[in-house]
Amino acid sequence: MSDVKKFLYVNRRAPYGTIYAWESLEVILIGAAFDQDVTLAFVDDGVFQLVKGHDTAGIEMKNFSPTYAALGDYDINKIYVEKESLEARGLTIDDLQHLVWEDEDEDWAEKDSIKVVSSAELAEMMGQQDVVLSF
Amino acid sequence: MTMLHTVNKSPFEKDSLTSCLRLSEDGASILLIEDGIIAAIEGAATSDAIKEAMKTKKVYALQEDVNARGVQGKVIDGIEQVDYAGFVKLVTEHDSVQSWV
Repeated sequence: MSDVKKFLYVNRRAPYGTIYAWESLEVILIGAAFDQDVTLAFVDDGVFQLVKGHDTAGIEMKNFSPTYAALGDYDINKIYVEKESLEARGLTIDDLQHLVWEDEDEDWAEKDSIKVVSSAELAEMMGQQDVVLSF
Repeated sequence: MTMLHTVNKSPFEKDSLTSCLRLSEDGASILLIEDGIIAAIEGAATSDAIKEAMKTKKVYALQEDVNARGVQGKVIDGIEQVDYAGFVKLVTEHDSVQSWV
């Protein structure tokens, strides 16, 4: 397919305090139906979206974080998290959900979806995109 | 006069926390709620400022908001976590409330 474009979703907000994180996830899932080349980036407070152990019972809001684990089934397996954003917030990759996808070219081997990258690496990746959607 | 200050914005997104820390008196109480609880995380870039404030002010964090964001167990030692009932109690115990929205 020649008209596949590279889509990047940039997530910069913490979940629950505002609706951005949830809206982004909805758009990502809708967009996944269009067979585009999708990449997700989590920077600034957006890294909190991937933190494991969300318990939203107390604030009486829907905990949408389990949905991230389904992204692999939608062929969304390029998930970049900025290292500098994690560090500034006292977080490491061990605080994040372990997201995986199955590679059909390698007998459905399970592979990690999340890659922690530097600001410079993320900047380079952003520069290669056709469409950037920011939340 | 004792004042309760609430901060509901992430310190990485707005300067509400910085202003609150600058403009609150010694002996005041500061309650971190919603995205404001990000400032309660140990090891975050903001934790030194919070610890400095804790020398003269009492800092609280709303437990429900801490839990929602999955940072239970990362809260700075000495920050007291309160639930919604505790939030109401704090409001009644202070003469006035300033919301740093």
